[in-house]
Amino acid sequence: MVRFENVGLRYGPGPEVLRDLTFAIEPHSFQFLTGPSGAGKTSLLRLLFLSIRPSRGLISMFGHDVATLSKDSRAILRRRIGIVFQDFRLLDHMSTYENVALPLRILGRQESSYRQEVLELLHWVGLGERLGALPPVLSGGEKQRAAIARAVIAQPALLLADEPTGNVDPSLAQRLLRLFIELNKSGTSVVIATHDIGLMDQYDARRLVLHEGRMHVYE
Amino acid sequence: MTDRPLADSLISPPPAHPESRRATSRIVPRDSIAGRPLIAVVAIMTFLASLTTGAVMLVLASAAEWQSDVAREMTIQIRPAAGRDLEAEGKQAVEIARAAPGIAEVRPYTAQESARLLEPWLGSGLALDALPVPRIIVLRVAADRRPDLAALRAALGASIAGVTVDDHRAWIGHMRAMANTAMAGGVGIMALMLIATILSVAFATRGAMATNRPIVEVLHFIGARDGFIASQFQRHFLRLGLIGGALGGGAAMAVLAGAGVFRDVFLGTAAEEQASALFNTMSIGVSGYAAVLGQIILVAAVTTLTSRQVVSHTLASIE
Repeated sequence: MVRFENVGLRYGPGPEVLRDLTFAIEPHSFQFLTGPSGAGKTSLLRLLFLSIRPSRGLISMFGHDVATLSKDSRAILRRRIGIVFQDFRLLDHMSTYENVALPLRILGRQESSYRQEVLELLHWVGLGERLGALPPVLSGGEKQRAAIARAVIAQPALLLADEPTGNVDPSLAQRLLRLFIELNKSGTSVVIATHDIGLMDQYDARRLVLHEGRMHVYE
Repeated sequence: MTDRPLADSLISPPPAHPESRRATSRIVPRDSIAGRPLIAVVAIMTFLASLTTGAVMLVLASAAEWQSDVAREMTIQIRPAAGRDLEAEGKQAVEIARAAPGIAEVRPYTAQESARLLEPWLGSGLALDALPVPRIIVLRVAADRRPDLAALRAALGASIAGVTVDDHRAWIGHMRAMANTAMAGGVGIMALMLIATILSVAFATRGAMATNRPIVEVLHFIGARDGFIASQFQRHFLRLGLIGGALGGGAAMAVLAGAGVFRDVFLGTAAEEQASALFNTMSIGVSGYAAVLGQIILVAAVTTLTSRQVVSHTLASIE
């Protein structure tokens, strides 16, 4: 599904922050992406959701060499990838319901066609009573779940989450991990970027460890 | 605030929540765009551009009417000289002119009429006999046939010494040049106003893009195409352009319509007579109002396209 071959990344004329990355993310797989701060986790996530281009190497996603894709094609490819940002990036002027429905709205779907899907998902993540709440009045955990719901509403093939438990207490972190596991069981490949060893120890999954820009894979 | 427990699974489809049924929010909120200042700028620009258009149309219509009037007439002038009988030569010129093809009417000016022509410069109660006043004969050209001016000049010249035939070509040339200058000036002013509008909209769009950068990024990351993102801004600027254009164009229409009212109110006064002499009806007519309406649409279109262009340019810099 995703294949990196000898991928390197540098910002401007600086040194390479990612070096010779060669790995694959298989369909229905679950993996943690970890490493110390500054190891390049966020940069790798940005490569994975096509926010930046590599300085060298090949990135193939869903059978397409991303270097050859037009901007519109990359946008369409991005619809198959769900992203959960560490800072949530919910739109403050929109309700929880509208935030979660946004990916369906950009597909041009009418509200009547997706209302039920969004409501079901929001109930599933425990936000069934917070549909009309604006993000500023949501708690950290509620924001996180809304962000996750928005990332998965369009049923992406790949879910990327950047430090999804960074702002929540251990109990909620455990519940969020269960949510990701459930999503993975329903067919979504999941990549969770975290440096929370405790979280990784709760679930036996593949680990992609970044250290000084290089990747070590522990199956 | 406490977190609610996650539902383990879906037991049954929940009822539609009332809050989910409310009108869908705009992706780019209206109040995030500095709308009022931009509406004011667009309204002022449209107002000035519409007034310019109205003024140019008045000048063009009046110039066309003057040209038409002047082109339908020619003037024979017989200059006085010692030992000449102006009366007899005048009658001879009238006969020659009446015989010429393409002349519909020949009207010799009497001495009194000639005196009236000189009144603005020399005052009333003239003793024309003491002045070398030329004899003037006005010819009205037939609508369906142009006279042979060269043949008429030759015929008159052969019989009467010192006679001239003026077809007012020089006047028409001057008026045409004046009308063209007014038109060029109007187009120039319109171009400057459009450029000022484009620059204002471009600055406003850049400001809106900077304010809404987080929204743009989220849309980008969830797979929105650039065209979709641009359309979210474009619809705001179309609305602002239409409101500003309608306000400015509407005000200009009111002022132009007021010019007609001015004529009616001051009918018979010196001011009205001078204005009527210059601009005839003082009305830009249906075509003038249609032109102002077209300008409102043009300004709205320019506002929309400028904002789209700026948004697209900004989005191009985002991977």
